Amino acid sequence: MQTTFPRLLLKHAAERPDAPAMREKEFGIWQALSWRDLLELVADIAGGLHQAGLRRGQHMVVVGSNRPHLYATMLAVQSIGAVPIPLYQDAAGKECVFPINNADVCFAFAEDQEQVDKLLEIREQCPQLAHIFFDDPRGLRKYDEPGLMAIEELMAAGKVYAKQHQDFLKTQAEQAKPDDVAAMFFTSGTTGNPKGVVHTHDSLLDRARAGAAFDKLTNAEEVLAYLPPAWIGQNIFSYAQWLSCGYVVNCPESAATVTIDLKEVGPTYYFAPPRVFEGLLTSVMIRMEDASSFKRKMFQAFMDLAKRVGPDLMDGTAVGLADKLLYKLGDWMVYGPLRNNLGMSRVRVAYTAGEAIGPDLFQFYRSIGVNIKQLYGSTETAVFVCLQPDNAARADTVGLPIAGVEIKVAANGEILVKSPGLLKEYFKNPQATAEVLTHDGWYHTSDAGFIDAHGHLKIIDRVKDVGRIKGGANDGAMFAPKYVENKLKFFPFIKEVVAYGDGRAQVCVMINIDMNAVGNWAERRNLAYAGYGDLAQKPEVYQLIKECVEKVNVDLAADELLAGSQVSRFLVLHKELDADDGELTRTNKVRRGFIADKYQPLVDGLYGGKTEQFIETVVKFEDGRTGSVSATLKIEDSRTFAPVKAAA
Amino acid sequence: MSDSNTTSNPTNAGTGQFPAGPPQGKLPPSGGSAVHAVTNVGGQFSAGPPQGKLAPGGGSAVHAVTNVGGQFPAGPPQGKLAPAGGSAVHAVTNVGAKSIGDVILDVKNISLSFGGVNALNDISFDVREHEVRAIIGPNGAGKSSMLNCINGVYVPQQGTISFRGQTFKHMNSHQVATMGIARTFQNLALFKGMSVVDNIMTGRNLRIKSNIFLQALRIGPAQREEEAHREFVEHIVDFLEIQAYRKTPVGQLPYGLQKRVDLGRALAMEPQVLLLDEPMAGMNMEEKQDMSRFILDVNDEYGTTIVLIEHDMGVVMDISDRVVVLDYGKKIGDGTPRQVRENEEVISAYLGTSH
Repeated sequence: MQTTFPRLLLKHAAERPDAPAMREKEFGIWQALSWRDLLELVADIAGGLHQAGLRRGQHMVVVGSNRPHLYATMLAVQSIGAVPIPLYQDAAGKECVFPINNADVCFAFAEDQEQVDKLLEIREQCPQLAHIFFDDPRGLRKYDEPGLMAIEELMAAGKVYAKQHQDFLKTQAEQAKPDDVAAMFFTSGTTGNPKGVVHTHDSLLDRARAGAAFDKLTNAEEVLAYLPPAWIGQNIFSYAQWLSCGYVVNCPESAATVTIDLKEVGPTYYFAPPRVFEGLLTSVMIRMEDASSFKRKMFQAFMDLAKRVGPDLMDGTAVGLADKLLYKLGDWMVYGPLRNNLGMSRVRVAYTAGEAIGPDLFQFYRSIGVNIKQLYGSTETAVFVCLQPDNAARADTVGLPIAGVEIKVAANGEILVKSPGLLKEYFKNPQATAEVLTHDGWYHTSDAGFIDAHGHLKIIDRVKDVGRIKGGANDGAMFAPKYVENKLKFFPFIKEVVAYGDGRAQVCVMINIDMNAVGNWAERRNLAYAGYGDLAQKPEVYQLIKECVEKVNVDLAADELLAGSQVSRFLVLHKELDADDGELTRTNKVRRGFIADKYQPLVDGLYGGKTEQFIETVVKFEDGRTGSVSATLKIEDSRTFAPVKAAA
Repeated sequence: MSDSNTTSNPTNAGTGQFPAGPPQGKLPPSGGSAVHAVTNVGGQFSAGPPQGKLAPGGGSAVHAVTNVGGQFPAGPPQGKLAPAGGSAVHAVTNVGAKSIGDVILDVKNISLSFGGVNALNDISFDVREHEVRAIIGPNGAGKSSMLNCINGVYVPQQGTISFRGQTFKHMNSHQVATMGIARTFQNLALFKGMSVVDNIMTGRNLRIKSNIFLQALRIGPAQREEEAHREFVEHIVDFLEIQAYRKTPVGQLPYGLQKRVDLGRALAMEPQVLLLDEPMAGMNMEEKQDMSRFILDVNDEYGTTIVLIEHDMGVVMDISDRVVVLDYGKKIGDGTPRQVRENEEVISAYLGTSH
């Protein structure tokens, strides 16, 4: 069964030449690209790249959003034995310098003017970057930088080359072996330089097949590709599994139209990080509040029913006949239309991963009949390590190890994985490779967790982040910052949280309110505000957040292990944490250490018992300029609760 | 056009130097995409190479359209959109070609008064083909009146306006539109209850040939014609990046987007000259950057000549090739942004010295 990406392309083009491989919405109409057309596209690009000098074993950067030309370029690069490196399209220019120089990249594919500008900007630091091919020529006509060329031109040259060299693509493709390097992904890395994760054809495709077998995916699936192609998840769902199963990948028109496109495409296999699911739900709920009172009541009544019996029906457990019939009625009147509105009418399998999902949110989707599940994996494991079976999806676990995977928990609580999908190495970084990959083939995930009574894996936090409370009433208690942060983030009003407590006597948090949710809440209360900073400091908002914090404390108190992590003090930040300011990673995870340094006065204020604290911070605007914002932030105490002893 | 080089250096087009009114320095000297586009403006004049690359002008409509969007994958004609009745769409003239040409619009000795108020006093200036020409001036300087004269809304008491060699005593609105002069409005005149696409479709009105009955029934040639026009509109939607709002009623859109729709409707006329009345009024910096980029892209990709009124000096100095300055109905300056910026009279008008 071992194969390579180019061989899969040839196989689909031979077996189902007219079946659609991709669709792209352009000028308001979904345009299909068949496997035959795709093969031709790939052959042209491959010929062009070969002629331009790209050789076996070299690397090529691709940067842009999900477009057929971007995918065709990745395939073309792989076909001639070179290695594509997808980069995040919203990364700043300087973030691209390291990958390009690290892999000595001379060739790049850029989606449009924005990406071309970015690459040209860093050309001085990357002098070897000789060729840049762009897809969308808009705004680029006047550019006469050397080596800049439209992909169309490259394809025209490649077409001529392909004519002269019969079966160029085929002979090239057949030279690739399954254990050759297929792609490289740079991990965002919270400290130091990013690391290039090297994957082979087989490591990616083996996991793609295992995942597909687990969920019985066929070539009839429809997928919407809307997350960055540089992220391995998107790469697995819309590239590795796409070629492995031969289903259709749909490219949205633009980032702004994703929700519209979602409804039009009606994917059957869907992936989204929790925040997307949350955003979809919020948009529906906001509209529901504006509905007539009859509709609102009907919605409420059926949602209560769904909450009670929906998850059980989903899991296949027995439910009373009356409830079953009522649910059927609800399905017809509420759940069906709701799923349709969310663009999930046809979803057979939906996954969420990347961060913890709120139990309410998770159950909501399952209760209305969307088969949402969680998975566990990372760039280094080619995603699929653990998956939840259809009938055993839980909000607090990440599923069972799937075919080919072995898992064990190390003494320090770290999860170790052995799987055919493990990375080959970190590029030019044997030291980092040795740190995570032991000689006997175990990969150290650096996640702390355990396997529960049902064999499901449960993740608590990163191993290095799990700390201990020092001093005070809870001396020595375990402190899992992410666990606390996630619990708070499950409230719609809270967007981001940073928790501190390791080596301290108590836990303190800094909170970012969710502008949409709190803004809406304030409007309904006729609470006037000037902007984010102003709204964040309203006493009413502090009261609202305090209630959330105390609810979390009650929850934490019920868990003997984590009762010591209850939040004693909190403040609401005056600005939204932003990846551009380095406060979040590109995948939107908080960088706790960085934030602690940047907001040192606030941390001191929290632990110094102050009731307010002045802070001035430098911010970076989207156009690259910097400015500063300052504010005096209030700091409040929150109630903590005595741990509830587990009933023996 | 050696004098037009000032715009080629955006840092030089320094917004801070000009002692203008409130909106100073809002367009940052470097960074955003709008500014990058500005850099291109300079390139327009570096005579020679860039022109050769452009599409041959006046091709068939579908051909021209492909160039405009530039997104059709090449190779197998994926342009399944190209409708059977493509002939209905008229050839887009002057697509692409962008090098400043001869005088296309010549305004001579225009005087306009309302009763005792002299709105315009013996104003003359010309507009060259493919250039971006700005009209600036303090409030009440007569900028909008000037546009309204060109547009045929007002009839000047004296003076003539020549368009492409034809001289008119006064312009007639309908005639102006058929001649290829389109405009946008300072305070938007969109159909608030209609969708974005429908609003832009109204810009195709003059080009629809089939009669009202066929259109009402949407049969035969009328349907094909509508499809062809709709395709053209889709290219504008793509161009202005408003795909997410196709079906949204215009009234529900934020102001910045409404301005974009307004521009889209004017573009739907395939104008040779586009009159923009304060396209950036009331916008935030990001919206201004976007709008600047769209204006430059229109100028660049379609070769459309642009006459714009604008208050934001930073924007004007960055995107225009030449600037006319009006004050109390009189012309007090005319030339490249740099010349205008150094003009004593202009500085005093903007500083508001005692009158």
